[in-house]
Amino acid sequence: MPNQEEIYSKVSATLMEALNVDEEEIKPTSTLQGDLGAESIDFLDIVFRLEREFGIKIPRGELFPESIFQGDPEFVQNGKVTEKGLSELRARMPYADLREFEKNPEIRAISDLFTVDMITRYIQGKLGEPSNN
Amino acid sequence: MRWIWIDRFLEFHRGKSARAIKSLSMAEDYFGDHFPGYPVMPGTLILEGLAQTGGVLVGEVNDFHEKVVLAKIPWARFYREALPGEQLIYDAEVLHLRPEGAVVGGKVTVDDELIAEAEVFFAFLDKSSSPQAFGDQNFVFSGELKHLLGLVKVLADRTG
Repeated sequence: MPNQEEIYSKVSATLMEALNVDEEEIKPTSTLQGDLGAESIDFLDIVFRLEREFGIKIPRGELFPESIFQGDPEFVQNGKVTEKGLSELRARMPYADLREFEKNPEIRAISDLFTVDMITRYIQGKLGEPSNN
Repeated sequence: MRWIWIDRFLEFHRGKSARAIKSLSMAEDYFGDHFPGYPVMPGTLILEGLAQTGGVLVGEVNDFHEKVVLAKIPWARFYREALPGEQLIYDAEVLHLRPEGAVVGGKVTVDDELIAEAEVFFAFLDKSSSPQAFGDQNFVFSGELKHLLGLVKVLADRTG
């Protein structure tokens, strides 16, 4: 199984192709939308490329959950993610780093959770699953 | 406007690959303006032909029930211009196919000379967006694109 550094470098290469960005623009903490300019259709492209690159299957909505809360008031109130919403996020995206987000969980900042590091951790977890070895 | 940029399919292997032909006629309108005295097929239209070849290829897999739209061209390279009187051969190969979309790799040749190549990314609207956001009617495969495959069958029957 490749180590974290190898996964990171493959993830970077994948993002360079999918988003047409230069290597120096990509940092572990880069957000896909804010820093790297990803648009919605790019997420599907990234998923396809990761599947090919790592030989894994990424079920729909697993890496990039779409509209997680669907405007459910239990999860979102006054533009902020509730405590219940946060635990839902932890369950749905265990590979995301929520520490910063939890300090000010505004729903519009949710796209900042999608970072290069997040993808790397997701792939690492995925490659560790018995079915992918 | 007739927005159909391939003349006919030459080969069709369901869910795998397709080959189509496009003959460039000086009668096509755009040659008058692109460019006056120097007619060359616009690169965007070369890509459109490739996207139509690939789009029919991936749309046919689900019997044209999905609304297949060109979502993105991650990269494209053009090696030389295409001129009136030439025949373009479009070769499209499915690289990735999932319920939400597909990726097709395509090459465009004239007399075996590679003149352009690209990767084309298609989204299947109903599966990649909110359900029914685009309604029931399939506005992508409503007419001539779908009929192109019928033409293949007619010709195949004639030639046995």
